[in-house]
Amino acid sequence: MSSRLPLPRLHPLGDAALLCELAPPATLAQQQQIWALGAEVQRWAGVGEVLPGMNNLTLTFDPTAIGIDALMARVNEAWPRLSATAIEGRRVEIPVAYGGEHGPDLADVAAHTGLTPAEVVRRHSAAEYVVYLLGFLPGFAFMGGLPPELATPRRAEPRTAVPARSVGIGGEQTGIYPLVSPGGWQLIGRTSLELFDPSAEPPTLLRPGDRVRFVVESVQT
Amino acid sequence: MMLVQKPGMLASVQDLGRHGHRQLGICPGGALDVLALTLANRLVGNADGAAGLELTMGGCEIRFETATRIALVGDGFGARLDGAPIWPCWSVPVSAGQTLKLAGANAAGVKKAGLRSWLAVAGGIDVPLVLGSRSTDLKAGFGGHEGRALRKGDRLPLGATALDAARLARRPFGLRGPDWGPEEGDSAIALRVLPGPEFDQFTVASQALLWSERWRITAQSNRMGSRLAGAALKRRRSADMLSSGVIPGTIQVPPSGQPIILMGDAQTTGGYPRIGVVIRADLWKLAQAPLDGRLRLVQVDMAAALEAWAEQQRYLAQVAQGLAAAGWTGPA
Repeated sequence: MSSRLPLPRLHPLGDAALLCELAPPATLAQQQQIWALGAEVQRWAGVGEVLPGMNNLTLTFDPTAIGIDALMARVNEAWPRLSATAIEGRRVEIPVAYGGEHGPDLADVAAHTGLTPAEVVRRHSAAEYVVYLLGFLPGFAFMGGLPPELATPRRAEPRTAVPARSVGIGGEQTGIYPLVSPGGWQLIGRTSLELFDPSAEPPTLLRPGDRVRFVVESVQT
Repeated sequence: MMLVQKPGMLASVQDLGRHGHRQLGICPGGALDVLALTLANRLVGNADGAAGLELTMGGCEIRFETATRIALVGDGFGARLDGAPIWPCWSVPVSAGQTLKLAGANAAGVKKAGLRSWLAVAGGIDVPLVLGSRSTDLKAGFGGHEGRALRKGDRLPLGATALDAARLARRPFGLRGPDWGPEEGDSAIALRVLPGPEFDQFTVASQALLWSERWRITAQSNRMGSRLAGAALKRRRSADMLSSGVIPGTIQVPPSGQPIILMGDAQTTGGYPRIGVVIRADLWKLAQAPLDGRLRLVQVDMAAALEAWAEQQRYLAQVAQGLAAAGWTGPA
């Protein structure tokens, strides 16, 4: 099936990278087309890395191998022919200890959403999520699919050190911190799984396109 | 082996970076001045990608436990080897037991010039490869030496050098370092910049300010980015941005209006508007620019950016030719 999505906006990011960006809002259909573009351009001579963002893709290239104008023309030419189903994600289950010391903001999310903490956990773990991209930290997955009623703004005062493997909600997204880092997301639980191990192959648990379910291991309210 | 007797403000093992893993959220990192590490490596007969040390603001002491050869590129910070001065961009033999000392950035007699220097040692620093690189990812805590900045007492293994004993002991020689650019009677360092994807989102006045302001590099700068202070840059309207890729050189403008130029350890994606991107050929200048120093951002087009890169490649080719003509053959 050929795509009916409009052409992405193309803009150089410095002298050796190109941004390809779709109009908001981000949808899974658009993101699938972004992944398909990433898989396609990686086959082209002169293209280095591809980096999917939310609703966009950045690629690095060697300007001595392919000029920016030729590259942009090629993206525009390839885009309508791409099949959006090019990436088949894996299914990954992530056990979570919700609330208590593992999820210190569960009560705040419940208060913001008007749901009980137990109901927040039920709904968070009932949904299926899709990894849109990895960014921010090694292995940090930005996931779409959060039930809209669970959307909660980031904390006014970001934590200086979020514990590794914390599961959080940031606006309309959910994600897991692979490492100790500063962060402003609402922490509702923690998983026992390692999200990033540089000595493993592959080094990250999750990859773009993966389908994720959170499995309730315990709840403390 | 070499022994870190004093690491200075921040010392870490770095090579040319960890590439190919951006889509997993892993930043390229590596020496912030790729040109400097490359030159230093060539001066000691190493391949360009051998691991060396990135040193910050001098103030460090390193003792060599085996005879070797070293080169320091960047600010020399009054470097001395057992008391004898050594100069940046020189290749110097070292006997077992000698100590290299760099004065602190604020020590008497050190002119306030640079921020960082890169030290190469014959054979390179032989820490394990992690995801294809020996660079230290300080934020994620892996690679390099135990995934962290160096501390007093750390001992670093050296790899096997391709230099024979005669070359290893050859008397010192040097190179002409890269130019900072034309002197313009202005102490501000000029960085050439291409407008970024969100340039048009800024007010016309802010677009003009980007080029006219003399930006100050604040002390909040680090390997993730250089934070600038100056006029506040304003967007025409403050729309939220979706996460999007960033590369070293990207100039982000957070809501404060004070730009941040991202460097090698920056996260791979960001959510702030990108008003511009420093061209690849000029990033080394920022890596060496002192805290509290001034920057001018100069608008260029793609053709000028590519010509600047080509010029840098020609300089490196001349260096290779010059070294070969002097009988200094390192690995290809």
